[in-house]
Amino acid sequence: MVLDERSEGSKVEATPARARIMVGMGTCGIGAGARGVLKSIESELAKQQIQADIVHTGCIGLCSYEVLVDIIIPGRTRVTYKNVKPQTVPLLLEEHIRKGEIVKNHVLSQMVAEEGHEEPYPSVPFFDELIINRPQRKQILRNCGYIDPDSIEEYIARGGYEALKKILNTMSPEQVIEEVSKSGLRGRGGGGFSTGNKWASCAKYSSDEKFVICNADEGDPGAFMDRSLLEGDPHAVLEGMIIGGYAISATSGYIYIRAEYPLAVRRIKHTIEQAKKYGFLGENILGSGYNLNIYIKEGAGAFVCGESTALQYSIEGKRGMPRTRPPQSVEAGLWDKPTVLNNVETFANVPLIMNKGAGWYAQMGTDKSKGTKIFSLTGKIKHPGLVEVPMGTTIRQIVFDIGGGIPRKRRFKAVQIGGPSGGCLPESLLDFPIDYESLLEIGAMMGSGSFVVVDDGTCMVEMARFFMDFCARESCGKCPPCRIGTTLMLDILTRITQGMGEEGDIAMLEEMCGEVKTMSLCGLGQSAPNPIKSTLRYFKDEYIAHIRDKICPTATCTALYRYEVIPDKCTKCQACIRNCPVNAISGSKTEVAFIDKAKCIKCNVCYEKCNFTAIK
Amino acid sequence: MAETNIQSAENEELYLSKAEDILEKYKHGRGSLIPILQAIQTGYGYLPEKVVDFVSERLNISVNEIIGVATFYAQFHMRPRGRHIIKACSGTACHVKGAKQIIEKLGKKLDIPVGETTKDTMFTLEEVACLGACSLAPVIMVDEDVYGQLSHNTVGDIIDEIKD
Repeated sequence: MVLDERSEGSKVEATPARARIMVGMGTCGIGAGARGVLKSIESELAKQQIQADIVHTGCIGLCSYEVLVDIIIPGRTRVTYKNVKPQTVPLLLEEHIRKGEIVKNHVLSQMVAEEGHEEPYPSVPFFDELIINRPQRKQILRNCGYIDPDSIEEYIARGGYEALKKILNTMSPEQVIEEVSKSGLRGRGGGGFSTGNKWASCAKYSSDEKFVICNADEGDPGAFMDRSLLEGDPHAVLEGMIIGGYAISATSGYIYIRAEYPLAVRRIKHTIEQAKKYGFLGENILGSGYNLNIYIKEGAGAFVCGESTALQYSIEGKRGMPRTRPPQSVEAGLWDKPTVLNNVETFANVPLIMNKGAGWYAQMGTDKSKGTKIFSLTGKIKHPGLVEVPMGTTIRQIVFDIGGGIPRKRRFKAVQIGGPSGGCLPESLLDFPIDYESLLEIGAMMGSGSFVVVDDGTCMVEMARFFMDFCARESCGKCPPCRIGTTLMLDILTRITQGMGEEGDIAMLEEMCGEVKTMSLCGLGQSAPNPIKSTLRYFKDEYIAHIRDKICPTATCTALYRYEVIPDKCTKCQACIRNCPVNAISGSKTEVAFIDKAKCIKCNVCYEKCNFTAIK
Repeated sequence: MAETNIQSAENEELYLSKAEDILEKYKHGRGSLIPILQAIQTGYGYLPEKVVDFVSERLNISVNEIIGVATFYAQFHMRPRGRHIIKACSGTACHVKGAKQIIEKLGKKLDIPVGETTKDTMFTLEEVACLGACSLAPVIMVDEDVYGQLSHNTVGDIIDEIKD
């Protein structure tokens, strides 16, 4: 394993004495082929006899440009190369390190000189000036992809653990809570509850044991902010968590992290060990007399464990099923002791607030939603990636300015925000600013921040069915409204997508949405109807087309295909005729194809083989 | 007859020694049932009935409760699995970008339905909710490696590559 071989305690120097090569080794980088690039760099360095340090960094958020390789040569700024492949490595090393020349075909940007004395390259854009980065404000992600996440020294060199030192030396737990309250920070995991209030209500309970928990069970399909943070800047999350622990006088802490994120698990384990070595964690932290130990619990694959009470049961080694509240976790949480549970991104915000002050923080964002929010921008979009924008940024800015719009000349249709508990928002809401309140108003939810763009080729009924299928599968089964309700709604949606929808299905769905929402025990059930509600609200005509006309307007639902040839589009190429397994299609060079419905078995081969979309 | 009994008793001891070590390691922790089951699954590849009985006896937790926990979480498996675990992502981003075709193709290529293991016990095919590599959608994960930006034409090559 490459990751384990890296040497401990690499020194951080503002201007390194020799060249440094940084390879983006987050999950997305590795998925795009970073290991091959890394191997190529290692062998090429030996071959060209170049002395250089290789550093692994996390995700910088520009996933569509992976594999990213950064090179610094002494005295010059840091340059980022995009879409690097193993075969481009020799050229990069030769030109950039040996000759000091930029490789124009692959260069993406350069970083602003940190110490002020590195010489920038002419005609290379700065990272922050890239169109994709301009509307962004990278506060929480500022270290991601920039530093070596396995090196505590690099985190410290960028101001890391200053916040912890400051609060331990100069602030009481009450003052810490007050500062967080004043900043207006709200939980980034979905609900948007005030972090300061949560901490304050936990702090007032005294107990022999108290817990601080970091919820890293990022289960929303389409979300990867927490993974990127844990892979790219794990110390910031840990520092925030230690500060949270101090604020509520926690005796120990747990990080509950998905086992599906093996790299993040390894990173955070290493992070905890390093923090202990430096005295930021463990007994008598930095001589303050405060003790805190943090343990890792790997989640075992259950979406419902993102719910706080379910997560606590899972840590206790039980089935992760939510319970009724009250008592709230702040009063009786893990092992019935007062517990504060926050999301990864929430904790990552805390050091920033402590360092720069609540006043500074509260300047960012909208009236009620402060700070920035990280979104994972994915789906049918030119530049998928991790984006961080101030609260109040519009959907249009994220989709078109940052994401570059929809690829392949297709049209924007909707964006799905907030995962299975969120909603699908149409084109008419593109200029809507995003914050906690506004999203609820228009039928979506902040959720954890997944942001999936879909184009005009996506069927919204099928989309709703997809989410309902997810919720029905992930329902823990404890309360009947969720267990049975999601299954029944899934049945109706499946029927509709298979052309067996009936008049009255829409009314029935609307009624059930209301019932499941009001009667379910936990957030999973309460928000499960959201995808249906929002698609019914904005895309009702698609439901009607499926039910009444038995047509899927986007030709996604195969059961609704009619298998008829559109004569104007048919070029008489006979590809469908040759491929039909039951010889149901007739036609010739001079005659438009014709499908005999009596023979057709609706296998969809003709539709797939037709290059001219002449079959509907 | 007596001889084989002794032998099987010895075998069983050997078989359970791995579980013994795991229990020893976690004996001081609170709420360690899930980490223990995770370690057992890593060690044995699944949760064998015999080992579950053994854990139940040692921890003084009923088999009923252990199975209850094990079946609640998607991660635990009660049957042996293949040497390589293929997790095909069907999260939102992958779904929008054609995960269904990828999964179908994998099933065809391996000649097994989702959730099953190939006859030669090389591969197990599973569908998972989200691997969190959405920007590379559609993706699959083989053991701990993520493969992204797949198409139904390229996904078969990954299997061939691993077989070699």
